[in-house]
Amino acid sequence: MEVFLQQLVNGVSLGSIYALVALGYTMVYGIIKLINFAHCDIYMIGAYIGYYCMTYFGLSFFPSLLVAMTGCMVLGVLIEKIAYKPLRNAARISLLITAIGMSLFLEYGTMFLVSAKVRTYPAMTGFMAKTFHIGNVLVTMQQIVILATTIALMIALQYIVKYTRAGKAMRAVSLDKDAAQLMGIDVNTTISITFAIGSALAGAAGVLVGVYYNTINPLMGVTPGLKAFVAAVFGGIGLIPGAMVGGYFIGIVEVLVSGYGNSMYRDAVVFAILILILILKPAGLLGKNVGEKV
Amino acid sequence: MLELRDLNVHYDMIHAIKGISLTVEKGEIVTLIGANGAGKTTTLRTIAGLKKPTSGSVWLNGQDITETTPRQRVQMGAAMVPEGRHVFSEMTVQENLELGAYLRRDKEGIAQDMEMVCGYFPILKSRRKQTAGTLSGGEQQMLAMARALMSRPEILFLDEPSMGLSPLLVSEIFAIIKTINNAGTTILLVEQNAGMALSVANRAYVMETGSIVLSGTGAELMESDEIRKAYLGGS
Ligand SMILES: Nc1ncnc2c1ncn2[C@@H]1O[C@H](COP(=O)(O)OP(=O)(O)O)[C@@H](O)[C@H]1O
Ligand SMILES: [Mg+2]
Repeated sequence: MEVFLQQLVNGVSLGSIYALVALGYTMVYGIIKLINFAHCDIYMIGAYIGYYCMTYFGLSFFPSLLVAMTGCMVLGVLIEKIAYKPLRNAARISLLITAIGMSLFLEYGTMFLVSAKVRTYPAMTGFMAKTFHIGNVLVTMQQIVILATTIALMIALQYIVKYTRAGKAMRAVSLDKDAAQLMGIDVNTTISITFAIGSALAGAAGVLVGVYYNTINPLMGVTPGLKAFVAAVFGGIGLIPGAMVGGYFIGIVEVLVSGYGNSMYRDAVVFAILILILILKPAGLLGKNVGEKV
Repeated sequence: MLELRDLNVHYDMIHAIKGISLTVEKGEIVTLIGANGAGKTTTLRTIAGLKKPTSGSVWLNGQDITETTPRQRVQMGAAMVPEGRHVFSEMTVQENLELGAYLRRDKEGIAQDMEMVCGYFPILKSRRKQTAGTLSGGEQQMLAMARALMSRPEILFLDEPSMGLSPLLVSEIFAIIKTINNAGTTILLVEQNAGMALSVANRAYVMETGSIVLSGTGAELMESDEIRKAYLGGS
């Protein structure tokens, strides 16, 4: 039981990171029907921004988190404006290929700038280094900070999407672009806002992962990005609550499989789940099984 | 108030609108009738700014708005109820109405208009918290009209409001169109249901395969043999 609880605690931390990344995939898909392959690299760049904030500028965790979120926000908006917007009316496949190209550009561009060398986040000290024992279950302050940050960001996101003008515009554009335009909503601005929010969340995830797993490298986004994408599909692509549920589910399953079974099977299990959900409930756990809306 | 000058619209190779011109004066109900595929929806989408014309111009209140965005046209007092309603299905009736007032900042005015549209369509009031996708077709049509009115438009474009509705509901919708017009909103009404449309319209244009082939007052066209044969099912 204690082992299980310990795995659960670890799984929740990993799940938080998947969930934050999955939100960006799902929001962008919801609004422009694009699987933004470059999203996982925005997460990687967030990790690097956090790393440089902490090492070169000596900032502590929270300021670094904010800088990384802001930097990724700007990066995400620029990527959309420069690479995706000109293809708004092009075939979906062109957009998808552009996204793959953008992903490679960010990965190898980062390698060019900072080299492929693995970097190590500075060890957390003071408050961030605290640990707690609840029975025999070890909970670190980092895990608590990861969960608390993720929950705070999710609440903020839900608030924005549900109650603000920008959030209503985002929902309107993802439901029906023409009708949204007829309301006077500026579709381009709304798409930019969506990229900004999704990218900021990925940036936050990047810093959290750096703090939690310590090492970062230019290709660190690839596998977690894929899993976060699986999480988004699992929950129902385009659905914000789906990405949250999916992220935690995938994170917990992955840790449990490595803990009880064999960590070699962990990725296989994640993708087996993806295949199962695509067969049993193609629209995802929280999705309604209706075909593409016409 | 609204004028189209020699408008041409293409979908790639398809020449959907072939040099049409029409005018709508302030306070009028003007109807554009024609068979399926004649180009009515394309005309309205071009007027609303959702589709760019290949040539010709659209004028609103003496200004050339051909190059403006849909948003600017809403700001200038134009609103459209699109064909097939296009309500935001996963959002509540209330949220749909709020989005209709998206560009407005006057909270009190918005609240007043909310009351006003719920006066036109009392059913919406009792459905406020329901998502729009759960409404019946007629209710969705009412919501789409109410949503458009929430921008307080000077001119309202309606694309086939009677589509798929029972005769009883159609009469109800048309009565409300009259009421909205009497309250001061100019109306451009696109319809396949020519009889109904002509009965409420001051003037009418008839479209066939992208061109306007006839125009006149509602009463004149109602008397016209061609119209009776082609659109009213009479002989
Ligand atoms: N999105 C589109 N792409 C290509 N052709 C279209 C599109 N929409 C309409 N058309 C064509 O334009 C013509 C006019 O259509 P439309 O404006 O919808 O007519 P109506 O509203 O009178 O039924 C038709 O020939 C139709 O096939
Ligand atoms: Mg039509």
